[in-house]
Amino acid sequence: MDATEIGLWGVPLAILGGAIRVSTPFIFVSLGEAITERSGRINLGLEGTLIFGAMTAYAVAVMTNSPWLGLLAAAAAGLCFGLFHGWICKFPKVNDIAIGIALMLFGSGLAFFFGKPFIKPKAPNLPAIPFGDWSDIPQVQAALDVNVLFLIGAVLSVVLWWAFRNTRAGLILRVVGDSSDAARAMGLNPNTVRLIATGVGGALAGIGGAYLSLYYPGSWTERISSGQGLMAVALVIFARWNPLGCFAAALLFGGAGALGPALQSVGVTQGYYLFYAAPYILTLIIMIATSSPTRSLAGAPGELSITK
Amino acid sequence: MAEIVTEAGMSVTFGAKGHPAALEWIARRAEAFVIPLAAVVVGMALFSLFILAVGKSPVQLYETMWRGGFGSWFSVQNSLSRAAPLLLAALCVALPARLGLVVIGGEGAIVLGGVAAAAAGTALDGAPSFIVILVMGVAGMAAGGIWIGAVGALRHYRAVNETISSLLMAYIAIALMNQLVEGPLRDPASLNKPSTQPLADIYRIGNMPGMEVHWGLAVGVVACVLSWVLIEKTRWGFAARIAGGNVRAAQVQGLAVGSLIVGFTGLAGGFSGLAGMLEVAAVQGSANASLAAGYGYTGILVAFLARHNPLAIIPVAFLLGGIDASGGLIQRRMDLPDATVLVLQGMIFIVILFSETFYGRFKAFNPDLWERPDLLRGTA
Repeated sequence: MDATEIGLWGVPLAILGGAIRVSTPFIFVSLGEAITERSGRINLGLEGTLIFGAMTAYAVAVMTNSPWLGLLAAAAAGLCFGLFHGWICKFPKVNDIAIGIALMLFGSGLAFFFGKPFIKPKAPNLPAIPFGDWSDIPQVQAALDVNVLFLIGAVLSVVLWWAFRNTRAGLILRVVGDSSDAARAMGLNPNTVRLIATGVGGALAGIGGAYLSLYYPGSWTERISSGQGLMAVALVIFARWNPLGCFAAALLFGGAGALGPALQSVGVTQGYYLFYAAPYILTLIIMIATSSPTRSLAGAPGELSITK
Repeated sequence: MAEIVTEAGMSVTFGAKGHPAALEWIARRAEAFVIPLAAVVVGMALFSLFILAVGKSPVQLYETMWRGGFGSWFSVQNSLSRAAPLLLAALCVALPARLGLVVIGGEGAIVLGGVAAAAAGTALDGAPSFIVILVMGVAGMAAGGIWIGAVGALRHYRAVNETISSLLMAYIAIALMNQLVEGPLRDPASLNKPSTQPLADIYRIGNMPGMEVHWGLAVGVVACVLSWVLIEKTRWGFAARIAGGNVRAAQVQGLAVGSLIVGFTGLAGGFSGLAGMLEVAAVQGSANASLAAGYGYTGILVAFLARHNPLAIIPVAFLLGGIDASGGLIQRRMDLPDATVLVLQGMIFIVILFSETFYGRFKAFNPDLWERPDLLRGTA
């Protein structure tokens, strides 16, 4: 079959490939946010962490010529942001949502500040595994070029799903998230657990940022993230704080994000900007469909301010 | 109140706790000024450390910031021009905050308000100027009001989190603007930067007499004063404050919480839409991508700094307008990135939120905890 003749089949194929490519940052940010929210806090600042992680990863990769060191640096930077959020929110009357908004602005401001000299240079990319080599159709090859981080994210979501239910750490996290009083009665310090949970969540968001700048789109610009960090927070609610749900929802969002470029590749240019907005519209529709004023959300951690 | 005759035979009016009433009055109100001011100072001090760490002089930075934002009549006018949209954008956060809602997507209302105003201005080309400007204002307010009012309605009737939904809607609004400006509303003559048809000069809003600041500043100040009256002096504002404190209690009292939420968020969005209309009519002359200049996001910071008090928004917007305005000068004079002011704003924002924890902690601001001089002196 001639590669150029796959015609309209290119659209679902491009969406599939796009879903795999676009969804990876969503997977990491939403898994991180799921851990944080399970502990009873919400960190809206992951958008800022994502951008700062993207910048850190790119800068370190440029300087050391190693994308893996960049990834590590991004995770460390994310950890710092998360720990800061976790620490500052332990003080009475400090609002976790408002701090998240502030960190969103601060993180992106800091990333733009330090990222200025790195807009030009080229960094080495994270490697991808060509699962599509059996086919000689370039579109299939492109769609099945899967980055290792996507696979790590998939494994991580299964591990977290299992760990939430079956490990001591998972149980501690859920108890703290459901009732601070019950946790204290068990001799646990809720603030410490939340500090760790927010820190880990930030580190995962930093990794998501590294994927953005080191693989797809694969360069550092000030417009590298357009609300992915924020959509991931909404996605966690939709996924009912379940890591497997986060993975599935991330794929769905990735597919929606790939819709515009996929249609453009077959020559549909009308309404390009509206297709570009598809993930946001999808998020909003899902939020409207799954929220209800009369019953509280099933599976929601009891201490979460967003559900109170 | 009690009249107490001191040993020296002097008569002084004392407050409920036996201190001079004026002192108690000042002490109770000082907290709302002292803590935010201290937070700004601490934020600026932390930023100085940051600037030292990147090898520049904080003294030179603040000096440049002063010169660029406040030091001369020219820079003050520049700051005031930037403060105009910030006043309205901050109201978009402050009004819903009184109901306990955190709306952060004002940027979307600004953008759509600007597009609606530009479309109205183009459609009415040829009509008398005051009618066109009026209709543009109404169109801008309506577009913004519907956008943020929808966020409020979703919150109340579907329990959709307003913080996330408003920000998502801001992204959708920007996409909608791009679609309209590149498609049906595009002026074919705008090649590099797609824009709507430029407004005729008679439909542009000019400067206030004696200064190089457009009338949007006056509109913003009036909007802030009206909002303050609405919140503090009307029954709707009173009802909103009750609903913001405790929704159940408000519903038991028979307050129409749904209408309050939709009304307040709608008005809040209307103000942001008006900011977009003013950007089009007074600054840009047409609707284009420059509408999404980040005023909506700086407005969040203004509102939180002002602790959602509409009167306090006025000086805070001037302050942040000045910081914004000095960004260019800092970039040129000190060879620092233009994001420098963003870092400063972020630091101040975090310290301000952190300072919430100190309210009610200081004895100096709470006369109820003071020692009672009348008891100490043994007059009882």
